[in-house]
Amino acid sequence: MIKKQINQKAWFMVLPVFLLVAFSAIIPLMTVVNYSFQDTFGSNQFFWVGLGWFRDLIHSERFHDAFLRQLLFSSIILAIEIPLGIAIALAMPKKGWGVPVCLISMALPLLIPWNVVGTIWQIFGRVDIGLLGHTLASLGFDYNYTQDPIAAWVTIIVMDVWHWTSLVVLLSYAGLCSIPDAYYQAAKIDGASRVSVFRYIQLPKMQRVLLIAVLLRFMDSFMIYTEPFVITGGGPGNSTTFMSIDLVKMAIGQFDLGPAAAMSLIYFLVILLLSYVFYTVMSNIGEESTKGGA
Amino acid sequence: MANITLKDIAHSYTGASDNPDDYALQKLNLTWRDGGAYALLGPSGCGKTTLLNIISGLLIPTKGQVLFNDNDITRLPTEQRNIAQIFQFPVIYDTMTVFQNLAFPLKNSGHTQTEIEPRVIELAKMLGLENDLYTKAQHLTSDAKQKISLGRGLIRQSVNAILFDEPLTVIDPQLKWELRSQIKYLHKQFGFTMIYVTHDQTEALTFADEVIVMYEGQVVQVGTPEALFQRPEHTFVGYFIGSPGMNIVPCVLQGNKVLIEGHEITLDCHYPEQADSAKIEVGVRPEYLSLAPPDKKGLPVKIIKIDDVGRHKIVRVALKDHLFHVVMSDIAAMTGDEASLVFDTAHTNIYVNDHLIAGEKP
Repeated sequence: MIKKQINQKAWFMVLPVFLLVAFSAIIPLMTVVNYSFQDTFGSNQFFWVGLGWFRDLIHSERFHDAFLRQLLFSSIILAIEIPLGIAIALAMPKKGWGVPVCLISMALPLLIPWNVVGTIWQIFGRVDIGLLGHTLASLGFDYNYTQDPIAAWVTIIVMDVWHWTSLVVLLSYAGLCSIPDAYYQAAKIDGASRVSVFRYIQLPKMQRVLLIAVLLRFMDSFMIYTEPFVITGGGPGNSTTFMSIDLVKMAIGQFDLGPAAAMSLIYFLVILLLSYVFYTVMSNIGEESTKGGA
Repeated sequence: MANITLKDIAHSYTGASDNPDDYALQKLNLTWRDGGAYALLGPSGCGKTTLLNIISGLLIPTKGQVLFNDNDITRLPTEQRNIAQIFQFPVIYDTMTVFQNLAFPLKNSGHTQTEIEPRVIELAKMLGLENDLYTKAQHLTSDAKQKISLGRGLIRQSVNAILFDEPLTVIDPQLKWELRSQIKYLHKQFGFTMIYVTHDQTEALTFADEVIVMYEGQVVQVGTPEALFQRPEHTFVGYFIGSPGMNIVPCVLQGNKVLIEGHEITLDCHYPEQADSAKIEVGVRPEYLSLAPPDKKGLPVKIIKIDDVGRHKIVRVALKDHLFHVVMSDIAAMTGDEASLVFDTAHTNIYVNDHLIAGEKP
């Protein structure tokens, strides 16, 4: 038998990746974890406070409000963008010159940087000079996103729908295009209605891409920061202070590193948990009735 | 249940035009008797699927009419034609169980659950799917999925025809045989007209009572498997049917004699004189050629290669530039490279411009 050579030098090959991951993810994350369990009075002196910050945060009304606002915002975004995106994808042409026209015009909003989108809508919605704000005001609507919380919410939601529905459209369109013609032909032969074609062919075949669309839109909308920060700065009052805006205020505005670190961790875990729930539920749709009867 | 007639049908995917090259399907007339088993045979891209889609209504032909009995249904939508079609790849509704898949066409036509259930169960037994009735269709193997596609066609009480578009492409070889016999069995049971598209000659010849051979958008021959083998009406049919295909070599025709590279063969029939510009060829199946030791009466040929395929041997021989395949069971008499090629003149055909011509018996 040939004696097996043992050579541990290969470990050096993974060293660059290890260093990269360490400096980009593990060390910053552990620093945050470290902060979340300690308090400081400056001059680099830290005290152990255990779960104190977490306890404070979970009982703080400010956190509850920001969390609920965030949850509401993401729910509205998903409830609008997913059905709207599917509907637009279904209406898009499958061949001819309309395809590139539609695809490019759909992709355009996705190419604009977040803060530019925020600035566009900030100016667009202004009552004095903005096209939207001024027109609405002249038509007699009481629209002013700097004073009215409802108007501020509507502005941010419409902006997000404008910016990100395209992503859902493009993903759904890709899903639709991958369905072979034979499915539609078979449906015709079986005498299926338009609704049945959607329910039994298109929707099941889009399941995978829709899962990705929902996850991406959920994560992005749950972490939204730049656009509301540019448009409303979290106001009027605290009405558009989402979790990320609140977090930045706490960490950089007030320099409360401990509570901010604790909040970051909770924020992170919430996104992780909800994404996991979405993933599990959506991948199992259609599987439950396997053991049931007809 | 109906006789299906295609009257002057032609189809072009680019719209009506006067240029015959634009037509994927050249003008043709065909009648399918009610209850017949037909095969549409031809290489990829010869217009088989186009023809099938015209019958099922997925395509409206550029020219001509489709008649069911005597009713013109050229523009009737698919769902009203009462036609079943099985595609190359199994089409199933993923989220439904096998039961729901089979019941789907009946549900769409407004049948009640009490009508549907006994029929689905009966059909599932016939197809051998009864144990999987309540499983999700997407968890089954591809041959079971193809059975479901087939079942969705058979579930309706009376279909005008069942169209198969190369249905066994994705099925494992040993299951192909089984599924094909099952289709034949179902044809006997139900008596529906079946039209089976394939590019596999074995499939076509074993399935059908009548085979329609297509080539470049045209129907080149309609006939029984026997007729296709014995008297191919077009050189393409000669090449395409049989393994190896028919030997077709240019020749000079003189009454009841042909000259191949100057060597004379006397035929059984007398043929009329042809125009000088005509392309004249002699066609003979490898099965009707034999080899004898050299210097006998026959064409002096060189043996190039011998393939032993088990039951018989395929010998490739050359006469100058012309190659012939010869199928023989015993070649022990052949010792050297040289041999003489003997034609069975009763089964030797003459083709003028690729089409068979008839001779007169003297």
